[in-house]
Amino acid sequence: MNVPPRRHAIEELTDTGLDAKTLSRMLADTWGTRPGLMGALTAVDHKIIGRRYIVTAFMFLCLAGLAAVVMRVQLARPESRVVGPDLYDQLFTMHGTTMMFLFAVPVMEAFAVYLVPLMVGTRNIAFPRLNAFSYYVYLFGGLMIWVAFALNAGADTGWFAYVPLSGPENSPGKRVDLWAQMITFTEVAALAVSVEIIVTVLKLRAPGMTLDRIPLAVWSQLVTAFAVLFAMPAVMIASTMLIMDRLVGTHFFNHAEGGDALLWQHLFWFFGHPEVYIIFLPATGFVSSIVVTFSRRPIFFYVGMVAALVATAFLAFGLWVHHMFATGVPQLGSSLFTASSMLIAIPSGLQIFCWIATLWSGRPVYTTALLFVLGFLINFVAGGVTGVMLASVPLDTQVHDTYFVVAHFHYVLIGGAVFPLLGAVYYWFPKFTGRLLDERLGRWHAATAFVGFNLAFFPMHILGLMGMPRRVYTYQPEMGWGPLNMLSSVGAAIFFVSFVMLLWNVVASLRNGAVAGPNPWDAGTLEWATTSPPAPQNFDRIPVVTHREPLWAERDALPVATGLRVGVREVLVTTATDATPDIRETAPTPSIWPLISAILTAIAFIGSIFTPWAVLWGGVPVGAALIAWFWPKGDPEDY
Amino acid sequence: MRTLAIALVLLSLAACQREERALRGDPMADESREKIALTSLSPGDSGPIEVRTGRGEEYTGNAYHQSEGKKLFKQMNCNGCHANGGGGMGVPLMDDTWIYGGRIENVVQTIREGRPNGMPSFRGKLPDEQIWQLAAYVLSMSRAVPQDVAPSRDDDMHPRPAESRQPAVTGVQGGTVPPSGEAPQ
Amino acid sequence: MRPRAGVACVLPLALAGCQGWQSALDPQGPQARSLADIIWVFTGVAVAVWVLVAVALAAALLRRRAEPPDPLSRAPDRERAMGYAVGGCVALTLVVILALTGYSYATQKELFSTHEGRITILLTGHQFWWDVRYEDPAPSRVFSTANEIHIPVGEPVRIKLEASDVIHSFWVPSLLGKQDLIPGRQNLVRLQADRPGVYRGQCAEFCGWQHAHMSLLVVAHPREEFEAWRDAQLASAAPPSTDEQKEGQRVFLSNPCMTCHTVRGTSAGAVAGPDLTHLASRRMLGAGMLPLTRGNLAAWVVDAPGVKPGVHMPSIKLEPHELHPLLAYLEGLK
Repeated sequence: MNVPPRRHAIEELTDTGLDAKTLSRMLADTWGTRPGLMGALTAVDHKIIGRRYIVTAFMFLCLAGLAAVVMRVQLARPESRVVGPDLYDQLFTMHGTTMMFLFAVPVMEAFAVYLVPLMVGTRNIAFPRLNAFSYYVYLFGGLMIWVAFALNAGADTGWFAYVPLSGPENSPGKRVDLWAQMITFTEVAALAVSVEIIVTVLKLRAPGMTLDRIPLAVWSQLVTAFAVLFAMPAVMIASTMLIMDRLVGTHFFNHAEGGDALLWQHLFWFFGHPEVYIIFLPATGFVSSIVVTFSRRPIFFYVGMVAALVATAFLAFGLWVHHMFATGVPQLGSSLFTASSMLIAIPSGLQIFCWIATLWSGRPVYTTALLFVLGFLINFVAGGVTGVMLASVPLDTQVHDTYFVVAHFHYVLIGGAVFPLLGAVYYWFPKFTGRLLDERLGRWHAATAFVGFNLAFFPMHILGLMGMPRRVYTYQPEMGWGPLNMLSSVGAAIFFVSFVMLLWNVVASLRNGAVAGPNPWDAGTLEWATTSPPAPQNFDRIPVVTHREPLWAERDALPVATGLRVGVREVLVTTATDATPDIRETAPTPSIWPLISAILTAIAFIGSIFTPWAVLWGGVPVGAALIAWFWPKGDPEDY
Repeated sequence: MRTLAIALVLLSLAACQREERALRGDPMADESREKIALTSLSPGDSGPIEVRTGRGEEYTGNAYHQSEGKKLFKQMNCNGCHANGGGGMGVPLMDDTWIYGGRIENVVQTIREGRPNGMPSFRGKLPDEQIWQLAAYVLSMSRAVPQDVAPSRDDDMHPRPAESRQPAVTGVQGGTVPPSGEAPQ
Repeated sequence: MRPRAGVACVLPLALAGCQGWQSALDPQGPQARSLADIIWVFTGVAVAVWVLVAVALAAALLRRRAEPPDPLSRAPDRERAMGYAVGGCVALTLVVILALTGYSYATQKELFSTHEGRITILLTGHQFWWDVRYEDPAPSRVFSTANEIHIPVGEPVRIKLEASDVIHSFWVPSLLGKQDLIPGRQNLVRLQADRPGVYRGQCAEFCGWQHAHMSLLVVAHPREEFEAWRDAQLASAAPPSTDEQKEGQRVFLSNPCMTCHTVRGTSAGAVAGPDLTHLASRRMLGAGMLPLTRGNLAAWVVDAPGVKPGVHMPSIKLEPHELHPLLAYLEGLK
């Protein structure tokens, strides 16, 4: 065809014979994102999208955390009137919804989006435009529900939104419709990211990274991505049924016309329980990375750890009824769920034992990241053993829907996921920004967070056993729950202060932090083989992996693969199991269409809150945008 | 740009009014100072003097009030005569023909004072607040409220599509005073 | 002002009436006792496991060590020893889990194998109160009350659980664990108390604004006392005796009260709100919100939404010369 010869020459140029400096410059040129607004809006670099994801998720954490602070102020004293029942219900709904849908799952995905391509040694995530699209959809969904909250239309039926309370008869107005549609937004985003992660891990690994050399952090993201694929459709179906009941007048949950209120609970918890593991499993990946690096030895019983991940994700789909023991499910059925809920202690226990064994036989380096992981071990085991209590049907009838459960799942989710996440922030911050977080302040942060967290949530166990139900906006003074609630509120304030310390540390270290080299922790996995922050192309030459901890095994220089073109975006596709090089594949370039498609999708989704016809007329522009997105433009990736 | 800003503000105000939950009605539960004419006849050529306080919009634009009205409609056994709005012993309420006027003040007055041929007076039996809620719901049956405010189906057997599922109409037929041909005897 | 008044009034009641006000750890019936046992056993095991893990972690960190600086050099025998240790821990976990599961099954069987009882009560959840209907084969012996369940001591009572609007959950921690009240379904529980007393229960499934103030009392009497109570409840409302009470009845029947409430023996027969036939025999007002005193009753009648925001009872406009007779009448509904 009529390709100018000069361009042709650059396009055909490969990295084989180039010197390091030229190669680096040319690749950065090819893979770079243009400066300016247009560059920002068309970006498809997984590091840029991942950074946005992380920052956005932490913004939502901040909002949901503030909601929690208001709730703790209200509950500090009996019959306090800081907020009324209407606002309190909106606050606890926004807190739960935001933490689960807009913070916990997205932040884990955000780390995956940023880190997985680096850890498997490739240049970009698979389907980078889809990645940009998923971020925008997530952002719009989150903005929508918080703008609605600001307009006094915040959902007020809890993050679980049980029908009939959330149904058309008992929740007038648009509050619940907005909530249900927010689910659709975030689940579209989550499904897109899991597809990207699965393909990236299975097809874009560096040569030599066989299945048994994949870092545990990547394994955990892979297993999580599969769990997302199976869990999220259930809640999307449920929320769509809910919005149809409310808007179209269907009768899925109308018992008088043959529907069933319990159908909602089954669908919701079929998603809702795996959701917990979708949040927890990536956190175990962070823990494994940090434990390995700071114990100065490879993980103990790698195969067992991978098997535990898979087993946990598998069992996670067989537990959902333990959220419904009080609904009158048949005894035989609930016994089965007792057994499966108990059983999940085995893989979780195995992971705990392996981490302790790794620490025992290593040479621990007490960085802030490791301190958070130690906090995780202490807190998560506490949450785990109360989880075993909740698995028992008779015991659950006493503690279900009380503050005991609130304590349990905060120990599991904060102790089990947020503590590792904070450790991960300290661990990978130098990779993200090129600067180290202040370790001294970090230690204070870790100590404050540990004390504040335990002070805030441990008393809730006792409150629950003393008979305090959850989701109450206040309680009567004669119940005697006042002192422990006050203690818990004080703890919440301390915990909040710990996050202010983190924010301060991040802001200060961004400006004045010590400059980190490529590998400040002397870690062993591939993301530390490149500069901090990584160049647009991630690696100048694709590394070849010979060991599970390649940087420890090849101290002098990593072996590399050559032959990729430098003038066009090209990634190396390897086989799924052995990671032998398969084909060279061109990678998508920046595009504005993901953003436009996301905006049109958001219009269609928000429009369908007000009329079901929006699905129809909103679908047309979305379809048109997708056609434009995929229209062959003569770029190499189109062939 | 300014139009957009105004549109956004209006949208947000609409959302605020639609979503407001008035958990505590007027504690004094006083009868409003509405004055509604029952006939278009009046001495002189000025027409009857009416007072409308604008309170009606608080109810016709608010989803919570209408859903409360819907509950009251059942609890107060309005169905006994009006049969889910389809009419029976009493007049149908889903159509847009109003013997005593189709504005919310007229409906409020009908409920409060009763009407000839069987409509009982609820004066003193329902607080003023609830009469307004009921009236707003009655209007929603004839599509005279915004569609995003009208109640949806309830968890019950369904004799007809939900109020929010009925196509919107512009303006309510029937006027504020009875057309002479349909005036009560 | 109101909460403090509440304490003053309820504290004596709490002290006099009940050893177990509302705590899973203070069991007052056979089921709650089994549940408390299982809670304590599980808690003991949980604490032991947690302590063992913490000790192991501490040992792992504080151990004296002379590891080689190369992270990849490992001693095979020690890895093997660690393998045995981890394997042993997993096996131990399995044993503990199996034991706990077996114990849980045994308790489950003991608690939920039967729901039979000599008395059957239909408990219906409403936003935000409980309708209590004592069923009986003889229609004349069926009656309703609200927010207070009276039971004979030492006898199992069968309770049918239903809901009229949204999901609620019946939970009296010192007597039994919770069971949901779900619209369109019926659940069954068995309720039994060991000794006379007043036990507090509370809605345990989020049901809307006043989920926090949707409680009920279970009052356990000796058998004869219970029969006397039931006979008293079966009777129609006491006719007003004084002139003031007569005026109060007139006020009641000519005001919005009668469009929602029932007072048997009068023309008030609506079922949107609680049955008030024997209102004055009850201890609390507004589903456990306030002790039943004249002052609280006045506040409730005039401004229920102010006391309990979100309640479906509206504010009632009453002049003082109407309110006082009405209160006298209501207080006479023993």
